[in-house]
Amino acid sequence: MNNESTNSFFSKERITAPPGFNRWMIPPAALAVHLCIGQAYAFSVFNNPMTRLIGITESAPNDWDLPTLGWIFSIAIVFLGLAAAFAGKWLEEVGPRKAMFVAACCFGGGFMVAALGIAWHQIWLVYLGYGVLGGTGLGIGYVSPVSTLIKWFPDKRGMATGMAIMGFGGGAFIASPMSVALMKHFSSETSVGVAQTFVVMGILYFISMMIGALAVRIPAPNWKPEGWTPPAKQNAMISRNNVHIDQALKTPQFWLIWWALCLNVTAGIGVLGQASVMIQESFKGAITPAAAAGFVGVLSLANMLGRFFWSSVSDYLGRKNTYYTFFILGTILYFSVPGMGAAGNVALFVLFYAIIISMYGGGFSTLPAYLADLFGTRFVGGIHGRLLTAWSAAGVFGPVLVNYIRQYQVDSGVPPAQAYTTTMYIMAGLLIIGFFCNMAVRPVSSHHHMSDEATPEHGASPQLTPAMAGNK
Amino acid sequence: MNAKTQSTTSPVLLILFWLYVGIPLVMGIWETLLKAAALFK
Repeated sequence: MNNESTNSFFSKERITAPPGFNRWMIPPAALAVHLCIGQAYAFSVFNNPMTRLIGITESAPNDWDLPTLGWIFSIAIVFLGLAAAFAGKWLEEVGPRKAMFVAACCFGGGFMVAALGIAWHQIWLVYLGYGVLGGTGLGIGYVSPVSTLIKWFPDKRGMATGMAIMGFGGGAFIASPMSVALMKHFSSETSVGVAQTFVVMGILYFISMMIGALAVRIPAPNWKPEGWTPPAKQNAMISRNNVHIDQALKTPQFWLIWWALCLNVTAGIGVLGQASVMIQESFKGAITPAAAAGFVGVLSLANMLGRFFWSSVSDYLGRKNTYYTFFILGTILYFSVPGMGAAGNVALFVLFYAIIISMYGGGFSTLPAYLADLFGTRFVGGIHGRLLTAWSAAGVFGPVLVNYIRQYQVDSGVPPAQAYTTTMYIMAGLLIIGFFCNMAVRPVSSHHHMSDEATPEHGASPQLTPAMAGNK
Repeated sequence: MNAKTQSTTSPVLLILFWLYVGIPLVMGIWETLLKAAALFK
């Protein structure tokens, strides 16, 4: 394949949809990518087998320990944030197909390099493979279909991006049983089957992501959904103008939403990481480890479904109001949860946490539409990528906050069952701060807008969602 | 662009594409629900 044909194959012109193209082909194309990269949430299934690569039945002295393996996921998440932040601008220039192709190469290739590292027992190769390469694929893959979906669904921005980002939450549901089945298939007296599993998964994920890349299309210039006209009444919170990716960082809106996301994610991520231990300590003796695993499953489902539900609701409620809901309802629930634990009410305890985690997922999925409303659709993919650094920051804050406060409580003589009470109150406090950050978000000042010549190349001009007309 | 245009996308292809992403996801969710049932036993 020469350079010219490569450029042609990936070019925006090549993937511009013909008249009559059904836009409902785009969500499964995005899901084909997000369901693959969502595997990251299930990486922990490899931890135990990877501590027995030499010893096979039990860890040998030269085997890797869990702290060493823990770095694989951490490096991947760091590179997810970096790739999303730095590749966003490039993504807007080259279009979604090329970005998805690069994501497929990085993610699939990352598994291959990591498989070599496992086969040769070289941890640096695993860090490089799954951590650096795979993490880069995660970041590019996460943001690549977002702006395309927003351009195809100007009337349902929230729902469209929610579908894709729901896939990221749902990827673990596929990866976890598949990984276990593959390791079982490949395990023998001389191997735990992890390297072979990585090779198979690398190939499968590459193929699946390439199917998404081949299927993706961008709308023709000035395309609009058939029969849809933007409402006449313009909502002040939804801009018809575009803000350049570099200029967006100079607006207070970017940083207010950065903090709103960071605080919402911090509150949720701390709970997710401690869910199993937390429910067992809150209901000492009443909750078995198997039941606690079930609780983790319920929260994962709430995380996935919340991504679709809340972003779809935001099309009617408005993005700002949806974020208000996260902060107000979240605060009430965090204050109420310790009471449910003390009263021994497992059902309400599970229900309240499921709602909290659904809003954690909803924060991610409503974000692209919120950004498109404020900054326009032209650079929303890149702006979204840069804002995801809030996720990386929350990934550090959340677990540290929960673990540190809990340990402090236990060391101070507080019974473990009550040790999470203060933590929950602090989480509620974070959400109150988030509420005020969201409250301060106003329409972007006109001096940040791009000139008329720099209007979107593809798809409908930035439009308001019908149901949001008049929604402040 | 807004005029009624003939669809150029095969409905069969559209359904197959949705099944391709939907079936593995539903199977994974079902497995998770079975595990989650332990919480309410």
